[in-house]
Amino acid sequence: MYRIRFHGRGGQGMKTASRILGTAFFLEGYEVQDAPRYGAERRGAPIFAYVRADRAPINERGIIRHPDLVIVADDSLVPVPAAGVLAGITDHSLMLINSAEKEQVWKQRLNHSGTILTLPVAADVTERAELPYVGAACAGAAARLIGVISEAALEQAIKDELSDLGADIVNKNLHNAVAAYQAMASHAGLVKEGSLVSAVDYEAPDWIDLPFDDARISAPTIHAAATSVLVKTGLWRTQRPVIDFDHCKGCWWICSSYCPDGAINVVDAKPVIDYDHCKGCMVCVAQCPSHAIEAIPEKQAKADEDATQLEIGEIT
Amino acid sequence: MKRTLLTGNGAAAWGARLAAVDYIPAFPITPQTEIIETLADWIDTGEISGRLVTMESEHSMVTAAGSAAATGVRVFSATSSQGLLYAMEMLYTVSGWRAPFVLANVSRGLSAPITLEPDHNDILAARDSGFLQIHCASCQEVLDSTLMAYRLAEDERIRLPVIVNLDGFYLSFTREPVQIPDADAARQFVGSFDAENIRFRASAPESQAVAVLGGGPYSYFRYETHLAAINGAAVYDEIAEEFSRCFGRKHDAVEAYRADDADYLFVMMGSFASKAREAVDRLREDGWAIGLLRPRLLRPLPVVHLQKLLAKRKAVAVIDQNISMGMGGILHSELASVLYGRNDAPTVLASFIGGLGGRDISTEEFFEMAQSIRQAVETGQTPAPRLLYTQTELREVRKLQAIAQVERQQLGAIDD
Repeated sequence: MYRIRFHGRGGQGMKTASRILGTAFFLEGYEVQDAPRYGAERRGAPIFAYVRADRAPINERGIIRHPDLVIVADDSLVPVPAAGVLAGITDHSLMLINSAEKEQVWKQRLNHSGTILTLPVAADVTERAELPYVGAACAGAAARLIGVISEAALEQAIKDELSDLGADIVNKNLHNAVAAYQAMASHAGLVKEGSLVSAVDYEAPDWIDLPFDDARISAPTIHAAATSVLVKTGLWRTQRPVIDFDHCKGCWWICSSYCPDGAINVVDAKPVIDYDHCKGCMVCVAQCPSHAIEAIPEKQAKADEDATQLEIGEIT
Repeated sequence: MKRTLLTGNGAAAWGARLAAVDYIPAFPITPQTEIIETLADWIDTGEISGRLVTMESEHSMVTAAGSAAATGVRVFSATSSQGLLYAMEMLYTVSGWRAPFVLANVSRGLSAPITLEPDHNDILAARDSGFLQIHCASCQEVLDSTLMAYRLAEDERIRLPVIVNLDGFYLSFTREPVQIPDADAARQFVGSFDAENIRFRASAPESQAVAVLGGGPYSYFRYETHLAAINGAAVYDEIAEEFSRCFGRKHDAVEAYRADDADYLFVMMGSFASKAREAVDRLREDGWAIGLLRPRLLRPLPVVHLQKLLAKRKAVAVIDQNISMGMGGILHSELASVLYGRNDAPTVLASFIGGLGGRDISTEEFFEMAQSIRQAVETGQTPAPRLLYTQTELREVRKLQAIAQVERQQLGAIDD
């Protein structure tokens, strides 16, 4: 059985990638299971999706414990423990990371003795806003690494999965996926099917008898205010809304009222965005009647910010 | 007949589509929403006729479903978890009306604390409501069971609403290959709904499920509902047989997997049972005589089948993905009652609780449960009920508790 896990952020097309790969396997005559996994759905938050494929009907279910192939669409997730990118990785697991950094750097950084490859089409994707198309590229690369999926099946799978989105989107995804498929030609078939668990020689679960804790400890309560302030949900943002005060009419209430996270405060009758907690949903951009809020890719915004910091640093 | 990849939610929507439902009262809830989105989309594009109305709550949704069924139209609806519980008052009410329709429930653990992932405490809260219950373990079963559920609900010997249960995430969002039956074959199998004496009309007011004063008539109506539900066991077998003839897939009231010669059995419900199948295959390779029983029909409980299938086994591990506070696993209790006083009952009927809030059950844990019941046979001691829970998991919880404690101190909520 093949077990494949895709890691990315909400909005980067990981569910779509798993579906494209699942359909491609299915078209090649495999039994398939594909599924996304996430909590409360939200853009920018870490999600993963997985695919199982086998010649026989599949009884395994749920999360993949020991993947044969892990694809990371967004390399900023690797160090995030909650993203679980490295969960259950063994020497057998092949990792494919969409990253501008070299394979050797990742090998050292992760101390992974198995194979690590990077996805070269990442160079085309300069902006996170473009990352949705990375899903198809990931699926294309995965298909070639697995080695049992033809280019025709991959193309058909993309058409099947994305036809509702119109010809332009299908073509852009086809282009990216086929490029990634071809880029992996020299590694075709590198992913090998994982083995089944043996009932003879297995690691017994470290079961315990759950002890009684009294309700001062065991009640799931939070009786202190504002703990959520400590959670920097701004890290989920892939796009940043930036207010252009030359065009802002100072009505102040529209963007701040529409903000679903209460992340726009009004200071001296002017809206101020709290970037620690703005998740980048862009509702304010859509609602501002004078179009005074612009969506800027987070990576670019951060680079601009760093440049400004540097300037300030040089002056002082 | 077309074989394609469908999610459990998609399969539920296809079931409703092929049953040619007339009316769909709806209210969204994770992880059920895709079912009503899919149906709404088909209505939009004209692929199906019928009417979908979004209600302001699940309570109204089930009221509308029961009322519409009482006018004699074919009704489908879907919910999950908190939604099912919010509708609880009306579940009992509409089954008392003897209004037949099909409700898909996408299982999800109940609050508090809140979760999105599956266990069966939501659906089992509706156990005594008068709705019949079918529990699915694959996306194919979700589609097939929806068709079968209409036959069951509308049968003149039953006339009760039916819940088709599918696990959130593990089925709802998981795509698997599914055979979609031809529309004509499905239509022929389900047949048309002959409402007979159910003729509730807005223009001609009459009483549906009148008030009764006094326990005598009340007991009569309640017990009649029970007898109708009991009839469901035999009727289900007929329907499953006919379904198998029409479509080549047999969905027994109790799935028995490699159980014929098995000394040991796992018993569990829902999609996690396919994990048990995997464990059975591995254990068989190691020479174990072990199998799986999976009740698909929970209400009515297929008592006769279960008694027969459990007879003369050495030991049984019942794995409940639910918990009745102060008692334990619900299926375990039910099986104990099914077996009580029977000479051929297995001596060991061990209880395990696992998979609460979607907590995974590993293959190794199935191996360990098998070891545990074999040891129980050797020692003559049935093990105490066990929550499948590891030292590692408790350590994680302790970590979270420590962080919470520090945060509370820093925020001044408690003294240092």
